[in-house]
Amino acid sequence: MTVDDSWKLSAKEDALRQRARMIRAIRRFFQDQDFLEVETPLRIPAPAPESHIDAVASGEWFLQPSPEMCMKRLLAASYPRIFQICKCFRAGERGDRHLPEFTMIEWYREGTDYRTLMDDCEALITLVARELGFDGIFSRQGREIRLRIPWERITVREAFRRYATMTAAEALRTNRFDEILACEVEPQLGMESPVFLYEYPAELGALARVKEGDPGIAERFELYCAGLELANAFSELTDAREQRRRFEETSRDRRRNGSPLYPMPERFLAALPQMSPSAGIALGVDRLAMLLADKSRIDEVVAFTPESL
Amino acid sequence: MYTASDLRKGLRIKLDNDPFIVTEFNFVKPGKGQALYRCKLKNMVNGNQFERTFRSVDVFEAADLQEKRMQYLYKEEGKYCFMDNESYEQVFLSEDQVGEAKNFLLDNIEAEILLFEDRPLGISLPNFIDVIVTKADPWAKGDSVSGNTKPVTVQTGYQVQVPPFIEEGEKIRIDTRSGEYLTRVKG
Repeated sequence: MTVDDSWKLSAKEDALRQRARMIRAIRRFFQDQDFLEVETPLRIPAPAPESHIDAVASGEWFLQPSPEMCMKRLLAASYPRIFQICKCFRAGERGDRHLPEFTMIEWYREGTDYRTLMDDCEALITLVARELGFDGIFSRQGREIRLRIPWERITVREAFRRYATMTAAEALRTNRFDEILACEVEPQLGMESPVFLYEYPAELGALARVKEGDPGIAERFELYCAGLELANAFSELTDAREQRRRFEETSRDRRRNGSPLYPMPERFLAALPQMSPSAGIALGVDRLAMLLADKSRIDEVVAFTPESL
Repeated sequence: MYTASDLRKGLRIKLDNDPFIVTEFNFVKPGKGQALYRCKLKNMVNGNQFERTFRSVDVFEAADLQEKRMQYLYKEEGKYCFMDNESYEQVFLSEDQVGEAKNFLLDNIEAEILLFEDRPLGISLPNFIDVIVTKADPWAKGDSVSGNTKPVTVQTGYQVQVPPFIEEGEKIRIDTRSGEYLTRVKG
């Protein structure tokens, strides 16, 4: 049976045009600030070990779950401001907000920490929204979202206190942190304006530097708008020995959970001592497209889903 | 055995000795966090619904249910009657048990009736059925721009979105699982 569903594809035209305009604006934002656009291989031998991110195998190697390993090597080789818009692949991730193959904009800045990236997010999203015709305000599922900066910054501890049925510490202790975050906290975040959720427990920032004077806190933030997770950022950890220790710990976690294991990214670890203090961030392009096009499913902002191939 | 990553809408699993069907399903995952499988489950015996969040490590037994091929006879007082053409045994399903399938119950259509200890629980139709469009607005050439769809009514009374070129009296194929239009059927 042949099924003609080209009409379904053509129904996405507005969303796809808007997405293209958005990507053009993102690119211009970084080019105008003298960022170097880079391309790194999609197929890599060793993804960064993450407790809950599974890579897609490709022959003996893997499709990158994130461009982080290669981009940080560039950073270590003294490329001070770099960005990349690329595909990332994560096994088993499929839902209203997830595709196993999705588009990421990732950027790094040398000589700064994650606070600068918050400023970047504010400027970038304001610009992109303006490019799509929104003057500081847009509507998302019937609510008005205002982009006037600065956006609220709320610590993980405070967000749990405000929105959850237990504290962040208690959620961590009972291994329910992600569940409480996803089910109770996230849906409340950024309902009037975008929000930065920051100061994560150190164990939830495997590649992040810990806060000076508070080793229990990772310099990590996530950007949320209208309950949608948009970006994750770190002040980058540059201590290779500490990084190796954390990777080994993560690998042990993975082994315990029966998750596939990956080779240690040795060349990344070797380059790390050359990296100056830096900050890096990944922002989901499809999520931003969903947000600004007011779509509730990620399927609506990409031409093809795995199921439609 | 199923693991959480097998969960999807329509899956039937056994929990605490009762059969349950997943009526709503969403995959939720904080970027770097654990994958969570948020389900709405319906007890297939008593219809009770509740929400539950599973994790990747959770495993389930499949609900051991029996399916029998039966023919749709008639609807009376909110009950749908089906008959086993070999044993002539008849069973009655409630509106609830028939669910979305009511949109596709053509006269005499054969369906799989789901039984749990000989009690009917639900129905599953062939994946694809061909139905006649009984009501459609004519195709105005002017608004044939890309992306347009229009609603039509088919012989069972069901309304579905189709491409604008579909006209009254034509036969179309519908996917009974998604309720979506698939293609025009010629002849």
